[in-house]
Amino acid sequence: MGNREEKKILAAEEIHRILIRLSHQILEKNPKASDIVLVGIQTRGVYLARRVQASINDIAGLLPPTGILDITFYRDDLTAVGLNPIVKTTDINFDINEKHVVLVDDVFFTGRTTRAALDELMDFGRPQKIELLVLVDRGHRELPIRADFVGKNIPTSLKEQVEVRLKESDGVDEVVVIEGSGGYK
Amino acid sequence: MRFLIKNSRIIDPSRNFDEPGDILIEDGKVKDIGKNINLEADKIIEASGKIAMPGLVDMHVHLREPGREDKETVESGTRAAAKGGVTSVLAMPNTEPAIDCADSIERIKRISEERAKINVFIAAAITKGRAGRELTDIKKFKNLGVVAVTDDGSSVDDASLMLQAFSAAGKERILVICHCEDRKLSAAGQVNKGLTSTRMGLRGICRESEYSRVKRDIELSAKAGSRVHIAHVSCRESIEIIAKAKKKGINVTAETAPHYFSFNENEVTGFDTNKKMNPPLRSQDDVLSLKQALAEGVIDVVASDHAPHTENEKDVEFDKAAFGVTGLETELSACIELVEEGRLDWLKLSRLIAYNPASILGINKGSLRPGSDADIILVDADKKWQVARGNFVSKSKNSCFIGSTLKGVVEYTILDGRIIYEAGLQGKK
Amino acid sequence: MNWKRKDLLGLEELSREEIVAILDTAASFKEVSTREIKKVPALRGKTVVNLFYEPSTRTRVSFEVAAKRLSADVINVAIETSSVRKGETLIDTGRNIEALKADVIVMRHSSSGAAAILAKKVNANVVNAGDGWHEHPTQALLDMFTLKEKTGEIKGLKVCIIGDIAHSRVARSNIWGLTKLGAEVIVCAPRMLIPPEIEKMGVKVSSNADKAIRGVDAVNVLRMQFERDEKTAFPQRLEYYKNFGITKERLHKAGGNIIVMHPGPINRGVEISSEVADGPNSVILEQVTNGIAVRMAVLFLVAGGEKNRT
Repeated sequence: MGNREEKKILAAEEIHRILIRLSHQILEKNPKASDIVLVGIQTRGVYLARRVQASINDIAGLLPPTGILDITFYRDDLTAVGLNPIVKTTDINFDINEKHVVLVDDVFFTGRTTRAALDELMDFGRPQKIELLVLVDRGHRELPIRADFVGKNIPTSLKEQVEVRLKESDGVDEVVVIEGSGGYK
Repeated sequence: MRFLIKNSRIIDPSRNFDEPGDILIEDGKVKDIGKNINLEADKIIEASGKIAMPGLVDMHVHLREPGREDKETVESGTRAAAKGGVTSVLAMPNTEPAIDCADSIERIKRISEERAKINVFIAAAITKGRAGRELTDIKKFKNLGVVAVTDDGSSVDDASLMLQAFSAAGKERILVICHCEDRKLSAAGQVNKGLTSTRMGLRGICRESEYSRVKRDIELSAKAGSRVHIAHVSCRESIEIIAKAKKKGINVTAETAPHYFSFNENEVTGFDTNKKMNPPLRSQDDVLSLKQALAEGVIDVVASDHAPHTENEKDVEFDKAAFGVTGLETELSACIELVEEGRLDWLKLSRLIAYNPASILGINKGSLRPGSDADIILVDADKKWQVARGNFVSKSKNSCFIGSTLKGVVEYTILDGRIIYEAGLQGKK
Repeated sequence: MNWKRKDLLGLEELSREEIVAILDTAASFKEVSTREIKKVPALRGKTVVNLFYEPSTRTRVSFEVAAKRLSADVINVAIETSSVRKGETLIDTGRNIEALKADVIVMRHSSSGAAAILAKKVNANVVNAGDGWHEHPTQALLDMFTLKEKTGEIKGLKVCIIGDIAHSRVARSNIWGLTKLGAEVIVCAPRMLIPPEIEKMGVKVSSNADKAIRGVDAVNVLRMQFERDEKTAFPQRLEYYKNFGITKERLHKAGGNIIVMHPGPINRGVEISSEVADGPNSVILEQVTNGIAVRMAVLFLVAGGEKNRT
């Protein structure tokens, strides 16, 4: 990483509150709570989905089924030179047909990850509806895709990098913007 | 015509001479060697920092002409030789047709006189068509200028026929050169038998196929009272048999080729067909034994076994690829590596590549003694060069040294007092 | 673990980490094969050519299914010995196939080293589907994948490979792979069928089947090929079956709980009894299923790696 400057955008407490707010919004928008299923996109989307699952349980007393999606096989840049795909697991052990699927990711950027996730989900079945939840939206979309539940909008330049750090993977809950490191990670 | 080479380090193996000085050449002969020869000359080369030594006498070269001019010709092969510092070659008789009778001997002599850039000496076959069934007319060969007989490429399997060959050659004082291989043992082998053949999933060429025939041929030659020269020794057991025979006073000499001491069998495991030859690259133990045998004089000669092949014969499946590698243009550098390693000094090196082969063949070469033919090379021993396909003069590019960095560049090759090759000048005659 | 190789030529050249990366990727693809839609778009728009110089229905079909499940286009080229005689060299054929814009060439060839030689001459990714007696990397990978699935970990396992070791590419690839992953390997065959110095590859050698399989976790049974002449081969076959054939009795004597693998096609009553081939110890059909996942992983990794410039 070197000594590039980091700017903290969200702290642990804020992340916690945002996820509770987004959980409320999901329940508000989907009156039939038993139809809600959550699918986290590897890696940090998975942890976020589990946290949303827990807070929906706190609020509504019901534990929506939660799955894991690895989109590597559906990427559109697979054979770009130097890309070395590391494949993680996909695990959706419930039926998504006719469900309200909430797709969960950490950073919303070009939209290409979401596109791949949508394609993959469609191969699993035909949900009644798919919605997108993201912790931060940093803009710079390259596809006509929007998010339904946004934790925080963070205007960035393409040179900056947004990093979401979570206790489960990084030992700390925070969102930082890193200067001049090139946007695409 | 007077020609003066100034201030080089002069190596003359014929009289253990290794000193700086000047060489005076007159009318194609070495006239004088000494310090500060300050005479007027038609040409003077300032050669300080260079080594002057007799041109190489390579007693194992396949020039392929007649019959396989697509691989090499007398013209292209001897041009390659000049670049490699070789001023005399012994041309192997496994041409198409084989050099096995007066007609074919006269023909290759004529071609050589017309087109060779260096001295070409002729070896004739032991058996007609190299078929191992009927002896050639060995007693006639001496008068035709043949200096050795060999069925190289094959061994004469029939021991009684081989004994007759030794007797006939012994009477004529013609050298017999033996390619030692028992085909029943090496049958269809591709690489060294053992872990290498097992790893590669190929049939192996066992060491016994070589040394059992080395043993047989030495015994037969002793019985017939003939000299014998063992070609391309590749393994430790052969060396031991040769050393023992020499101790007993048997008149045996032996050669190896640079690839056998420059590479071990691990080089071939990537299926590089330019590292496929017969006998095959052997183990590291064999490599070390060969180096020691060269240092101790058990092996008398380094010769290239220059075996050019076209790409069509090499750019194929490994088991279908032809055996053999080129060597004329890399052999001196490969030998200089042994000097670098401290195994040889320059005098010993010069003996292995010039003086000894000339003595064994009975030709008046390999010496800088005043009065001898001025076949001299000037070498920049420290200059490094990268071996690449593109820098070969030979028609064929099947060198196992491609990709290596070697040390030692021939700056001038002088034949009978004439410069026939000068580094940096393309196509110099 | 970063995958950098253009080609998969054998397991000898792979590191432990590379082998693990293939097996892990294969596990993900095995999950894909359990979905209702078994196809992913990973190699969409890519062309995979199966170039087979030797007939092999099962390996060819397995690669074909694997490539199709990755959404690649597949072309099968079977080259008969007769058309090879017409004079086109291996390299010319390879270059012609590449000129058709093939991205991956999967090759089966009777000459050891053929895949390595082709790989140096073409930009396409080359996957060795068996070359002579040299290597058959995807077979060994699927064997290891199956073993790992059954036992949890390859490290510390004892595996016996039994049969014509000398002429077996499956044996060689398994030896490299298993020893790199920390298994103990015993090869067992009549002495004539043990290649020289194979113990230097890190295996134990035995010509006594009962001793060789005693206490092992798995036995990989190689296909035995006797001469085509049925009459002369028959006593030889009986003899082999008696001394080396994997039967229920032999397994029982050796400790019983042994996984039985076979690369197929099996010769019932020659190297293995029907009872064992179809019995509870056999994982032969699971190997076939796993073969698809492993080959998907290999195609996916090489096609995603960097191309060679020659």
